[in-house]
Amino acid sequence: MKNLIKEFTKGIIKENPTFVLVLGLCPTLAVSVTVANGIGMGIAATFVLLGSSLIISLVRDFIPDKVRIPCYIVIIATFVTVVELCMKAYSPVLDRALGIYVPLIVVNCIVLGRAEAFACKNNFSRSFFDGLGMGLGFTLALILISAIREFLGSGQILGISLIKGFEPIFVFGMPSGALLVIGLLLGFFNLLKNKKI
Amino acid sequence: MKDKLLVSGSPHIHKDESISRIMWAVVISLIPAGIAGVIIFGLDALWVTLIAIFAAVLTELTIQVITKKKITILDGSAVITGILLAYNLPPNVPLWLPVIGAVFSIAIGKQVFGGIGQNIFNPALVGRVFLMASWPKYMTTFVKPFSLDAVTAATPLAALREGKILEHISYLDLFLGKRGGCIGEVCILALLLGAAFLFLRGYITWHIPVTYILTTAVFMYIFGGTGLFHGDWLFQVLSGGLILGAFFMATDYVATPLTASGQLIFGLGCGLLTAVIRIWGGYPEGVSYAILMMNGATPFIDRYTKNRIYGTK
Repeated sequence: MKNLIKEFTKGIIKENPTFVLVLGLCPTLAVSVTVANGIGMGIAATFVLLGSSLIISLVRDFIPDKVRIPCYIVIIATFVTVVELCMKAYSPVLDRALGIYVPLIVVNCIVLGRAEAFACKNNFSRSFFDGLGMGLGFTLALILISAIREFLGSGQILGISLIKGFEPIFVFGMPSGALLVIGLLLGFFNLLKNKKI
Repeated sequence: MKDKLLVSGSPHIHKDESISRIMWAVVISLIPAGIAGVIIFGLDALWVTLIAIFAAVLTELTIQVITKKKITILDGSAVITGILLAYNLPPNVPLWLPVIGAVFSIAIGKQVFGGIGQNIFNPALVGRVFLMASWPKYMTTFVKPFSLDAVTAATPLAALREGKILEHISYLDLFLGKRGGCIGEVCILALLLGAAFLFLRGYITWHIPVTYILTTAVFMYIFGGTGLFHGDWLFQVLSGGLILGAFFMATDYVATPLTASGQLIFGLGCGLLTAVIRIWGGYPEGVSYAILMMNGATPFIDRYTKNRIYGTK
């Protein structure tokens, strides 16, 4: 049990997919304009990660080594399709905001990376908690980045204005602002990590 | 060629030059353009410049105290960044704008990379482009020269882009700075005075400024007008920030190529990009973007224009 908790918590800080492994930057850069988008993307990716990790860890012994990547892609794509259709049905606004980045979860480095690096070597309960932790870490990172960007770029958080008379810094709503915020946060987390040791 | 360095055996003569000496010389060379800006646009220009300098120096000090590095605010490089940033701003901006620009210039443009000598882009231009992308409303509102009640006016380049006829602006007006524009870019005469001082002291070489201005002029002459070879090249050289950029920002020691041939390529690239942005780009003026882009290309230029090591083929 203790082992499982460790698998779960490592994804949040110690091996955070965005700030430590630096995976899945494409959706991170693209959708972190508003907090709502960030949460939506995080939940979608977490669901895919959970499902694919679980299935891959269950069928890992039946997959021939040579064709394992296509098999992973098929499994991941199944879950992504589920997410996409659900999102289209129940939250069309979010679907329109995230656009192409929902189908692109299929080739998200985090999902594929966990399948290749973890789920294909571990049993299903450990894979489940690993996927959950990684997904949560990704969601939290997205919330942090998008909160900074939404606040600086439009003066709001979740659509609510915070400070009166604040002149939004447009650049943070643009892709260059995303690179800037992620770069500075990466530097900040590296600083924390180096100080601890 | 100057860069064929000849190193003989000792004893060597020590030349009394240092980074801070050169930096303060650049500061002195920038003063005439500032005075001209204040005369043309009034005291607003002075406050913007002073606040930008103050904020730049204070940011440098703060970061160096926090990171426990050697404090180098007296070497003049932060002062230059502040001045150049202010010279790239319209004179009537709200006063918090130069403060944020200077903080960004020093913190993100310079100290993040490790301080003086490490920055890959010109810090002042980093600050300007950040402000331009963030608050375009303030960055593109210019005032008319010699007007007390801040009447807004378009810069000559912006007016040209909108298709307005510019017959009332003569070349002499452009040369002396009687036009709308940023604080430090309008008075060509003052800029040339400062540049001449730097040339005479040997702090900048002709390679980058001359190729830069020449390339822009030729390109604008060929493609800038209606039909080929009808462009008003003199107008293009005298308006916008070309002179300020070519002499004071494209000659930044850190972010430009080391060898003479590399500098020629750098100047050529800046000139082409500036002309392309002015003719076909989204903005009326492209000097800052051109220099920043070529700053980014500098490591590659340096790599392919290395001098031959003596005794090798």
